[in-house]
Amino acid sequence: MNVAVAKTGKGRAVSDLFTSAEGRLPGSSAVTAVRREAFETYERLGLPHRRIEEWKYTDLRALVGEVLPLAAAPDAAVLKRAADAVKAHAMDGARKLVLVDGVFAAELSDVKALVAEAGFRTLRETLEKDAALLKTASTDAMISLNAAMATDGVVLSIADGAKLSAPIQIIHIAIASSASAFTRSLITVGKGARATIVETFVAAGAKAYQVNDAVLVSVGDDSDIAHIRLMDDAPDAMNVSSHFVTVGANVKFNFFNMTTGAAVSRLQGFITLAGEGSELSANGVNLLQKTEHGDTTLVVDHAVPNCVSREIFRAVIDDRAHSVFQGRIIVRPDAQKTDGKMMIRALLLSDEAEADNKPELEIFADDVSCGHGATAGALDDSLLFYLKARGLPEKQAQALLIQAFVGEAIEQIADDGLREHVIGIAERWLERRQ
Amino acid sequence: MALLEVKDLKVRVEEREILHGLTLTVNEGEVHAIMGPNGSGKSTLSHVIAGKPGYEVTDGQVLFKGEDLLEMEPNERAAKGVFLAFQYPVEIPGVATMNFLRTALNAQRKARGEDEYSTPDFLRKVREVSKSLNIPQDMLKRGVNVGFSGGEKKRNEVLQMALFEPSLCILDEMDSGLDIDALRIAADGVNALRSPERAMVVITHYQRLLNYIVPDVVHVMSKGRVVKSGGKELALELEASGYAQFEAA
Repeated sequence: MNVAVAKTGKGRAVSDLFTSAEGRLPGSSAVTAVRREAFETYERLGLPHRRIEEWKYTDLRALVGEVLPLAAAPDAAVLKRAADAVKAHAMDGARKLVLVDGVFAAELSDVKALVAEAGFRTLRETLEKDAALLKTASTDAMISLNAAMATDGVVLSIADGAKLSAPIQIIHIAIASSASAFTRSLITVGKGARATIVETFVAAGAKAYQVNDAVLVSVGDDSDIAHIRLMDDAPDAMNVSSHFVTVGANVKFNFFNMTTGAAVSRLQGFITLAGEGSELSANGVNLLQKTEHGDTTLVVDHAVPNCVSREIFRAVIDDRAHSVFQGRIIVRPDAQKTDGKMMIRALLLSDEAEADNKPELEIFADDVSCGHGATAGALDDSLLFYLKARGLPEKQAQALLIQAFVGEAIEQIADDGLREHVIGIAERWLERRQ
Repeated sequence: MALLEVKDLKVRVEEREILHGLTLTVNEGEVHAIMGPNGSGKSTLSHVIAGKPGYEVTDGQVLFKGEDLLEMEPNERAAKGVFLAFQYPVEIPGVATMNFLRTALNAQRKARGEDEYSTPDFLRKVREVSKSLNIPQDMLKRGVNVGFSGGEKKRNEVLQMALFEPSLCILDEMDSGLDIDALRIAADGVNALRSPERAMVVITHYQRLLNYIVPDVVHVMSKGRVVKSGGKELALELEASGYAQFEAA
């Protein structure tokens, strides 16, 4: 990250970023107009910094400094390396959609099956006709930048009543160093459908790169959706991802985020419960070390009555790493009988580790049950001693307690196979630490 | 050679000296009871032998099979064969008992350069021991000691003792919080582990426990020292006359 800043300097005119990339950005002239407008918004705001309330703890001007130029479109050699990464990171039995340096790689993806099962198209194809995909209600600088620069992404339309037995895994692979990838995906789930979406972010040799991803999800009534995001970008990378989720009535939405990589990362999720009787379970784990900075910001908006939301987040912070969790629960005036709970716990493994937990409730209805809690602390010495007295070396004793700590969030993943997969990721992180 | 030799041990906790020169020798196969009033330093002794942080040894030695125990990490002591049955076993939510037992046993075996137990061998062993201690299998699936009764926690300690096969067992106030039936089950478990190679140090405030675990030697501790040692009849004597005679000294 610092290397990149030193190389290109902060003084470069930002509009270079857009003009130099424009020829590679897909879309009709209407799309181009939307992109230009979005870029102007970004240019006016610049990178988010600490004086913007939502970004107070994640000052990208200080942490990142600048946006790197767009990564080159992958050539045959790059795709060959990506193929190896896909082998290493694909989940057993999942249907794959692979994006390499921000560009969809059909030859590495299960296109045929997903066109049939989930109405798959690329963002690139979709933008030929429709500019709506680039629009969101947000005025956030990073989201505007994403709209301006998005090169590709996946568009899924899961039909009413479709029950997808295989998870759909969207794999983002970074190969180009000192470059940016901008992706944007849209997932529309019909009524009464069942599906599992997994997003995986990994590097295959790339260094000091930047990822800016946006995912727009719309879930129809009576659906049952699991959405798992696994971010393990390179230790010197940046990843900023924005989720916009709208949930219909009587839906079960099970979301989980795992952060194990990137020097600087932020997942900002905006989830609106727009239909009655829905249950949202939104959980996550940050595993951070060295000087990593990991931010999870989640806004859960109860727009209608009779919905339940549960949020359990765990952060494990070693060395001089910094974890941020901002959780806001909004209960609109009509949203009576809302039941919203949020519990955040941070485990500090070193004296220099830092956790900022900011839970917020904004309640405008009078008949609701809402609560939040936030704690930060070290490993319990009495538990550590007990384990050591039974023969476990210090690091192994710590690992067992850390597993138990994050387990409280991981066990919220409803699907057995996915849960085991995530436990495996946590175990490998702990092994790396030893 | 003695199994455990504590020589003129002086221990401080936050500037306050708790043990003022304690000497104790335990040979293989022996069961020693250490009795004494609250605050006499009984638990401090057990913690220092096991390696609990927070105690500063200012003088003296603790030798185990001739090696300096105080130089070792708690896990190294465990692997060498020292086992402390805790007065208050901790609850560890999220760590399944079975997983804990296997991890601990294999960590000890690894430290000794032995092969790890295979899963079937391990399961067989746990099943065998837990049955004799009246520990139901579903207890082993729960988090370590989570939701266990006082008796179940102590039985879990005895289960570990049986699995790890230590050469020195220190039982710290094993009777605290147990009713007579629970005490009997735990004591039977301990008695089953008595062997010519294994020594035990039973720390207790009350004589009652020693009806079930009959010691070879009884020591009376007061104010951080062993003030009297004798046979098992010393415990009965104490039960009749109390600790006041030693505290006055």
